[in-house]
Amino acid sequence: MTVAATDIPLAASRGWSRTQATGLVLLLAVVAFALLTPLLVPVDPLKQSLRHTLAGPDAAAPFGYDHLGRSLMARLAAALRLSLLIAAAAVGTSALLGVGLGVLAAWRGGLADRLASLLADSVLALPGLLTVLIIMAIVPNTPLAFWIGLSLVLWVEYFRLTRATVSRMIVAPGVQATRLLGFGPFYIFRRHLWPELAPMLLTVAALGAATTIMTVAALGFVSVGMRPPTPELGLMMVELLPYYREAPMALMSPVLATFLTLLGLNLIAGGRRA
Amino acid sequence: MMRLLGYRAMQALLVALLVGVLTFLMMQALPGDMAFRIAAGRYGYDMVTAGAADAVRAELGLDRPALQAFGLWFLDLLRLDLGTSVLSGAPVIDEIRHQLGASLQLAGAALILSLLMGLPIGIAAGLRAGGWLDRALLVGSTALRSVPQFLMGLILIVLVSIQLGWLPAAGHGRPEHFILPALTLALGLAAASARITRDAMAGVAASPFYAFGRWKGLSEGQMLRRHGLRNIGVALITFLGLQFAMLVEGVVVVETIFGWPGIGHALVHAIFGRDVPMVQGTALMLGLGFVALNTLIDLAAHRIDPRGARP
Repeated sequence: MTVAATDIPLAASRGWSRTQATGLVLLLAVVAFALLTPLLVPVDPLKQSLRHTLAGPDAAAPFGYDHLGRSLMARLAAALRLSLLIAAAAVGTSALLGVGLGVLAAWRGGLADRLASLLADSVLALPGLLTVLIIMAIVPNTPLAFWIGLSLVLWVEYFRLTRATVSRMIVAPGVQATRLLGFGPFYIFRRHLWPELAPMLLTVAALGAATTIMTVAALGFVSVGMRPPTPELGLMMVELLPYYREAPMALMSPVLATFLTLLGLNLIAGGRRA
Repeated sequence: MMRLLGYRAMQALLVALLVGVLTFLMMQALPGDMAFRIAAGRYGYDMVTAGAADAVRAELGLDRPALQAFGLWFLDLLRLDLGTSVLSGAPVIDEIRHQLGASLQLAGAALILSLLMGLPIGIAAGLRAGGWLDRALLVGSTALRSVPQFLMGLILIVLVSIQLGWLPAAGHGRPEHFILPALTLALGLAAASARITRDAMAGVAASPFYAFGRWKGLSEGQMLRRHGLRNIGVALITFLGLQFAMLVEGVVVVETIFGWPGIGHALVHAIFGRDVPMVQGTALMLGLGFVALNTLIDLAAHRIDPRGARP
């Protein structure tokens, strides 16, 4: 089995770089904040109390209140949960779709390969934001529309990467030997293709999650995304923008949350290539 | 070369078909009676009567079956007839021509600005890979990429126009209106293009032919001009094609924030008003523009590096 040994990718044994570990810690902190806040400070993110308009922090709202007297901390956590949930769903679906099609195209070759590549290139030609906007006009439920639209946009990256890697690997001596020994396609995928693909897919997944969070926030910010009163990062920013003189920290909290989440994802994505 | 052009033609056709299917689904998914919605868009929600809706229906032929409507649209499309906007009644092609100019100006300004910022930094960092500038670029570009474009626009508006009062926050027509939207777009693009330039330059600078050129006594400037720039050219110009997609997405957001009367702004309005011909026309323009641009880039890359790295 000395031939197969040459296939073991060097990258997989190296593990996570320091940059990536920093990004992961940052991301986990954001996720922990989003998930633990409703347990620690159980306040309804929609509950208004105009006596507290733009008030400072207290025990019920450690981050203070927004212009309608709603707890900023509860709203921030709810907004992060929504963004992260959409991101996880879109990344999962697009990865499954892209990797599946990519392996299929590279493995089968021929017409299937050419058709799939043509479709991917054509989807790439349409600006992603446009596709998401059109899907949002078709599907009435906004989070669902984000999920569908972003999955339709993001699968292309996985497809291109998987197809390029698998068509290179499939002719490698290790895979050839495994095939001759009579192992099935699932075994080959698990033993040979996946270890090579996984680190690259991690980068694509992190960038895809960052794209998702940016898109949801950007469309919320220009009032085409989620509708009030749903807590959403971009929507919170545009709601709090008129009060930035009176309550700069209120505006800063969604801005910082978005920045830290994206920074964490970008660090996870960028560490591998450097 | 011919195979490449043929592939691009197929791609253009498929893009048209995708746009057709998507916008057609959008039309089918409209809730309620489309004639009433369009009449509301034209005359205002309080002025709609059944008579006005019937007039709209008759004028636009909305009572045709769905498949027939799709077929008719696709035929019009093949004749390069994009139809008329259901809201303004003007031909879509005229509206797009009007808005595309404003968008192209903004996108062009942003692209030039980003290249002015990104290229020199990327080249300098790539020539000394691992140096302080290289590390600073890595940190800076990662941080910049973590700031979405709408947030960058917000920060610039709050800092430059509201706090300092130097530049107008929104508007169109005078040169100073260009600066903030173009800078918003350019900062994100520059972060990406500086990284790409750096990677390409570092690769070239570490190559044996670069060491040989230095060894035979060429100065750093000669090396860069004769051997560096041409070799990073292909990577850069291919990347420019991909940047177009980023630019279009940025244009949609940035134009909406800064009130720029361009194609992105119009697109958001068209989607809101369910102006399907307008959405179709705009989407088609952007998609085909991407294909055309990438065809040009393929040709340019072929000129710069005739060895034909692409299949």
